[in-house]
Amino acid sequence: MSAPDYPGLDTLALHAGSQPDPATGARATPIYQSASFCFPDSDYAASLFNIERAGHVYSRLSNPTNAVLEERIAALEDGVGAIATASGQAALTLAIMTLMGAGSHIVAAAALYGGSHNLLAYTLPRLGIETTFVDARDPQAFAAAIQDNTRLIFAETVGNPGLDVLNIPKVAAVAHEAGLPLMVDSTFTTPYLIKPFEHGADIIMHSATKFLSGHGIVIGGLLVDGGRFDWDASGKFPTLTEPYEGFHNLVFSEEFGPAAFIQRARKEGLRDFGACMSPTTAFHILQGVETLGIRMNRHVENTRGVVEFLNQHEQVSRVGYPELEGHPDQALASALLPKGCSAVFSFDLVGGREAGIAFVDALNLFSHLANVGDAKSLVIHPASTTHHRMDAAALAAGGIGEGTIRLSIGLEDPKDLIADLKQGLRAAGKIVAKQAVAL
Amino acid sequence: MKLAIENNDVYCYTNSRDIDPAKPSIVFIHGSGMDHTVWTLAARHFARHGNNVIAIDLPGHGRSTGAPLENIPAMADWLEQVLDALKIDVSAVVGHSLGSLVALEFSAKYAARTRALVMVGTIVPMPVSSAILAACKNNDHAAFDMLTQYGLSKRHQFGGNRSSGIWMVGSALRLYERSQPGVLYYDMNACNEYQSGLEQAAAVECPVLLVLGSEDRLTPVRGTRPLQEAFHQPEVSVIQGAGHTLMMEAPNALLDALHRIL
Repeated sequence: MSAPDYPGLDTLALHAGSQPDPATGARATPIYQSASFCFPDSDYAASLFNIERAGHVYSRLSNPTNAVLEERIAALEDGVGAIATASGQAALTLAIMTLMGAGSHIVAAAALYGGSHNLLAYTLPRLGIETTFVDARDPQAFAAAIQDNTRLIFAETVGNPGLDVLNIPKVAAVAHEAGLPLMVDSTFTTPYLIKPFEHGADIIMHSATKFLSGHGIVIGGLLVDGGRFDWDASGKFPTLTEPYEGFHNLVFSEEFGPAAFIQRARKEGLRDFGACMSPTTAFHILQGVETLGIRMNRHVENTRGVVEFLNQHEQVSRVGYPELEGHPDQALASALLPKGCSAVFSFDLVGGREAGIAFVDALNLFSHLANVGDAKSLVIHPASTTHHRMDAAALAAGGIGEGTIRLSIGLEDPKDLIADLKQGLRAAGKIVAKQAVAL
Repeated sequence: MKLAIENNDVYCYTNSRDIDPAKPSIVFIHGSGMDHTVWTLAARHFARHGNNVIAIDLPGHGRSTGAPLENIPAMADWLEQVLDALKIDVSAVVGHSLGSLVALEFSAKYAARTRALVMVGTIVPMPVSSAILAACKNNDHAAFDMLTQYGLSKRHQFGGNRSSGIWMVGSALRLYERSQPGVLYYDMNACNEYQSGLEQAAAVECPVLLVLGSEDRLTPVRGTRPLQEAFHQPEVSVIQGAGHTLMMEAPNALLDALHRIL
């Protein structure tokens, strides 16, 4: 007897969590668009409320369509469980609120999505949770920033938008040495490009709005529990290891073992903060997840072609893609991200801000908007949009210049993408020529 | 709740309640390499329904300290010590897989202290393949993989958990990975070497319920005939579609089955 192989990623992406609908035989996962679910009798109802039976009560807490998505993502990440949330921001907030309260501290990478930075830098301090931002490329900087009241280490698998590759094994070791969990935002990479739990991360969040759903049609998030962090041994997480008065003194680590974190997040966080996902949204994300593997493969191949083109262009002063020779994370990317470093990257145009604006305005095929991970190619100028609240120093810490352009490469024919970029570069070139004349 | 037996901690999940001598008691015993958390839903249910519930961690498992016990009779004797310490004279004993053999041995040897026996995901004898034993002995992760994959029905390899968002493959693996090195080998070896089960079954006097998964590949239903014949008129509940890991794969159907005898 030997262990059969576990199903592969493409198979799990299609099948994990779902079965033909027992009521109708429907093969696609139905949209259970129902706020609540009937109880066969009073004792059954009581047993659902008291976590004696498995089932659904109210769609803020759980829903059959969402459950399929949650199980599928947990399967793709090799976690113990997942929760679908209203957005990626809701997933991040849910994780933080599950782990800590006022007086706590987070160590986070400086290179973060602007929305995450806003939450950590401006909103959470009002609730008594402070964050120290450190260089994502320096594991020792994470170690140095840890305080007695630190409760979480947080970073992106590849930073937004500079694609700083997180050394997950080293940062996880730093976190674990201090009795802390490492949470990573794997939105840009998805389980197709990296499985962070295999490298030591403890919690994963996704903005499912991006590559997981893949078509830019919904807002959603996912929070995944790896199930390996020992909350009891750490001793720093009373929400998971001490009686919870809000649920009849339930001790989550005692009753749910490896799933303590994700169960508390659902039983308290979804219940009280209410940032649940609509079942229709879950259905849309499931359609995207079904083709995750083939889409990500094409995203990456198209990106490599565009990166090669831009990297050889005289009007481009820098291309930030970790697979390129000379990129500071090239070796790390090769080890952790052999299938590719996402399909979002940034580059700097000669000519700075004015050239960047001319470039963006001249593009036709690329859509100018604030999103990434769409099947369609996207472009944005971070300094004036997604990261506009950050001052120059904070921008620089995140690897962003005033003329930085961020591209999200879609699934179009690559020759058409490059043709569109050439058009943008011609417009930018005219700005550079004018600047030269002015000098 | 923690007790001390022979200088080792013994952990019993009791739903955060003290033992009430006026209430009936139910003891839940986990399977190889597992711990009390596999019984959380059932224990919570029967606690609310007026029972003392005691979901134990066998020595060296979960939150209990000490070396794992080498054989099923030793585990049954240890259970008697636990119940003595808890001042529980009579209880129903519910066990899964390895735990079902402990429950069987206890029910036969300590008949006066057993009011009902429930064996979940069971077979007697319970031979373990040499490949699994070898992997367990080497503390090879392949042992966890084999037990997880053969422990779930083929359908449940792809999930379909009634508990929202919980991935059964990952949950089973994490529990095995938490076990101390060597513990799984002790457990599997104890199952493999327990040869007196059918004789003990014939000695059981209390009501008996077998709860089996129709798709169980580790302890298949078709192999339970000798056990069913050894008992005096056991109740048998076969849960359709479920594999060996019934508490995870079919928690509601299992609860309904347990109500037939508890």
